[in-house]
Parts: sequence; C-alpha cells; structure tokens
Amino acid sequence: MVDVAWQETGVSTQDVAGRAKVLNRLRIGDIVFHQITKISAIFVLVVLGGVIVSLFLGALPALQEFGFGFLTAQSWNPVTEKFGALAPIYGTIVTSLIAMLIAVPFGLLIAMFLTELCPMFLRRPIGTAIELLAGIPSIIYGIWGLFVFAPFLQQYVQPPVIAAFENVPVLSTLFAGPPFGIGILTASLILAIMVLPFITAVSRDVFDAVPPVLKEAAYGLGWTQWEVWRYVVLPYTRVGVIGGVMLGLGRALGETMAVTFVIGNAHKITTSLLAPGTTISATIANEFTEAVGDLYTSSLIALGLILFVITFIVLAIARYLLLRIERRVG
Amino acid sequence: MDASLYASRRRRNVLATVASYGATFVGLAWLAVILGVLFWQGFSGLSLRVFTEMTPPPGAVGGLLNAIVGSLIMTGLALVIGGPIGILAGTYMAEYGRHGRLTSLVRFINDILLSAPSIVVGLFIYEVMVRPMGHFSGIAGAVVLGVLVIPVMVRTTEDMLRLVPDTLREAAASIGLPRSLMIRQIAYRAARAGLITGLLLAVARISGETAPLLFTALNNQFYSTNLNAPMSSLPAVIFQFALSPYKDWQDLAWTGALIITLAVLVMSIIARALTATRKAS
Repeated sequence: MVDVAWQETGVSTQDVAGRAKVLNRLRIGDIVFHQITKISAIFVLVVLGGVIVSLFLGALPALQEFGFGFLTAQSWNPVTEKFGALAPIYGTIVTSLIAMLIAVPFGLLIAMFLTELCPMFLRRPIGTAIELLAGIPSIIYGIWGLFVFAPFLQQYVQPPVIAAFENVPVLSTLFAGPPFGIGILTASLILAIMVLPFITAVSRDVFDAVPPVLKEAAYGLGWTQWEVWRYVVLPYTRVGVIGGVMLGLGRALGETMAVTFVIGNAHKITTSLLAPGTTISATIANEFTEAVGDLYTSSLIALGLILFVITFIVLAIARYLLLRIERRVG
Repeated sequence: MDASLYASRRRRNVLATVASYGATFVGLAWLAVILGVLFWQGFSGLSLRVFTEMTPPPGAVGGLLNAIVGSLIMTGLALVIGGPIGILAGTYMAEYGRHGRLTSLVRFINDILLSAPSIVVGLFIYEVMVRPMGHFSGIAGAVVLGVLVIPVMVRTTEDMLRLVPDTLREAAASIGLPRSLMIRQIAYRAARAGLITGLLLAVARISGETAPLLFTALNNQFYSTNLNAPMSSLPAVIFQFALSPYKDWQDLAWTGALIITLAVLVMSIIARALTATRKAS
C-alpha cells in the first residue's frame, strides 16, 4: 500500500529506501544520545564512589597501623612516625562551631533585613553584594587574614581581651595570652565571614516563600515586625533555615586555604582560643607535598577520609532538609 | 500594666530592627574592607611586567606570566573535560529522566559534591593519577579542576533546561523531530544564556582553587606548557609567595590575588546579568 502511494506521488522506491535509512540513522542517533547522557549522569555517582574508594585505599596503611587509636591519639610526629588525628579533628570542629555561632545570627538578621525591612529598590543590589562575598576565592580571604586581619587583632583586639578576662574563671583560660594574631579564633572569624553568604542566601529564599497571608494575619492582630518574624516567619521556615545552616557548616568544615594561612599549624589541643592550632584541611594542605614515607602520606589521606565522611553527613542532612521544604513550597 | 507591656514590645521591635540594619551594614562593610585592601595592596604592583615576565627569584623583579599561562591552560582543559560531562548529565536529568529515581539520586549526590571540600577531590586525583604516573603534572591539575566543574555544570544545565517551556518541545515533536535533535537544536538554543552562565560560574569557581592543585599540578618556577610536568598556577604562586618572608614576593602575591578576584567578580556579575535579563523577559 505504502509503495503504491509513493509511486503515485512520483517518488521512487529508491527514495523510500533512502528515507528508511535516514530514519534509521536518526533513531540510532537518538538512542546513542540518550545513552550518552545517561552515562554522564551515572558518571557523577562514579566520581563520588571513586573519591570514597581511593581515599579508603590510600588511608588503609595508616588505619591498619594505628587502628581506631588514630582517631583518639593526639601525637603527630613525622620523625617517629606516630600519627593521631585528634588535634586536627578538634581544630576543625571548634573553628567551625565558633564560626557558626557568629555567622548564624548575622546571616539570619541580614536575611530578615532583606525580606522585611529593606526598601524594594535596594534588595537586589544588597543581596548581590552579600552573595559576592561567597564568590571571592578562599585564598583571598587567607592572604587578607594573614596580612591585615591577624595583625589588626594582635595589636588592637587581643591584648585588651586578654587583660579584661584575666581574672574571670572560665574566660581567662579561653582567652589566655600571648596575642599571636593568628590562631583558632582568627580562623573562626574568617570562616564566619566566608559562610555568612550561604546562610543569608538560603534563609532569604525560604523567608521569601512564606505565604503573605500568614504574615498579614499576624499584623492584623497588631503584632510588631519582630514578633511576626520571630513567631510566624521563623517557625514556618525552620526546616529550611536549619538546612541553610548545615550547608554553611559543611562549607566551614572543609574550608582549606583561608584557614591554612591563619591557624598557625600547631598539632596540639589548647584550651586557649588565641593559641595556634590546626584543622584537618590545613594539615593536609601544609604537609602533603612535604610528606616523606608511605605512612605519613597515608595518615594525611586518612585525615582526608575523615573530613570527607564528616562533611558528607552534614551536607546530606542539609540537602535532605532543604528538599523537604522545597516539596512543601513547590 | 498594659502600657508597660506595649512599651516593652515596641522596645524589642526597635532593638531587632537596629540589629538587623547593623548586621547588614557589617556584612557590606566586610566586603568593602576586603576589596579595599585588595585594591590598595594589589594595584601598586600592577604593571605590564606582571603579564610579560616570569616569577622572579627572591630579591629580583619579575611578573606572573608562567602562573597566569598555567592557570589559563588548566582552566581551559578543565572546561573541556568537565563541561561536556556536566552538560550531558544535566540534559539527562532535565529531558529524559525528569521524574526518574536516577535523577533524584544524581541530583542529591551532585548537590553534595557541589559543596564538598575540594581538597578531598585533590587527594582523589593524587591517588588515581599522580601516584601511578610517579610525578606531579599539569594534566592532573586540569583533571582535578575538571571534576570540580562537573557539579556546577550539572546543576545549572538542569535548572536552565527546566526553564525551557514544554510547548517548544511539543512543537518540535509534532513536526516529527527526533528527541535528540530537539534537545540539541531547540532546547540547548533556548537555554543558551543559561548554559553560558553555568560555564562562567564554573570558571569562577575553579579559578581560585588552590588546595587541590598543590598535590596535583604542584608549582613551577619556570615557564612551561608541558602537561606532563609540574605546572604553575596563580593560586599556588600566591600561596607560596604570601607565606614567604620576602617583600617582593608578598607584593606579587597581592597583585595575583587582585587579578584573580577581579576575574572572578567580573565573571559572576556577567553570569548574574545574563540570568537576570532572562528572568525579566
């Protein structure tokens, strides 16, 4: 039938064959393209798997040598080849927590400003400016921290703080001298600046998603702006805000160059926040290329594995929470 | 009683408002201070020499040519490696498996990779490339950056293709266009500004990466375009020079920092402008 129809319109069977060939080629091209895109998507998973497997294999010698004690030992001695991860883990967690203590209130307040108080025409520029803070590379914060921020703290901030808390029981150990400039507190402050934009951006987006009727109803009852924000907006967006905070925490835990510049790279745990310390990422960045011996290198890779596991868990929780709020809004 | 309650509520509101204004002011002030210092320190060293001469030994004058060239080579290669994979993966997620389980899984993992510490990716490539090859190399540096490009491209590609109206796709299907042609000829074209934004964001993201380059491309004091040998890069030179005790080196580090920051800021602003006009239209 088809052939007859073609012949009647003056198209030869050869054209029909050619047409079939073209169609076939298109169909194959379709399948190939589909499969290539699918393989690329799966490749993303392969990258993650590759990271985990390669880090685990690289860390194996150290984990076999030190066992579980790697996590609890404090010594880090390349000469005797005794390595323990406690000091870097401690430094990583302490710097990140202090950074979050500072960045979370600031980030939320800025997000509140941008969504509730700021005049419309200023919202975009100010929001963009805050987000640009996130775009500045880590190493810039590092060089700035080392040459500008640390000397400033050493000269003008740390001496009066040490003097002020000299006789206060707990604070005197937290802020014990001498003022180095660099140290755990300096690293924490720089981390706080770096994660601030992430917290602000996520919070602003979830605050914006609050249905206006909810706020209007509260205003109608005579609530103040603060009360509406605190008792309507914040509870409504709690899950998203926590997601944003976890996202910032994930960044802070893995941040490398800025911290490497200002933390002082000292493998010890001190009670004073003004003393030099180290973090997992700073240790790796500082020592990896200079590490001699397989055990040393392997210990550093084991540190990387620990860091990856910690950040993976934190980021997974963050994404899960953000996904939940996305579903509710969308 | 009522009056005092009212007064305290008002007081609290004023306090919160002031705190909110204050926090924003502090945030903007930080940005101004960081950029201000960077310009102040970096501009004095900025001259033609920076772009035409090699990194000097301590005490001599010189520029950053080898570092700039190294950065450009590795960034370009990283885009060639990571760009297509990212775009294709994003295409699968937005076009073929939009509601599939694979898509949700890849999106979840990709978002984690997006914020994962880059230093860990550096260790990964060290294990799979530098160790088997036996030496540091420019190609390993390019691959690290390429891996870091992928999550950025996946994310933006998926987002931008989802913005393409389905009516366009249906129109293409109704004239018998095969799906792969529809994607390449119509969806990509409609999302072009978005895809360029993704590339810009990816370059902005990797151009400041330092840590992963330290154990893959290492650094090189000399001009080298050999991908099989250690290669210099701006961030690595900044790291080395800033931590050195020599004043000339520190000044060059500031200049390098200024160049990177300007490049990154310009790219992020262009990327923003591209997407902004898109949303407005």
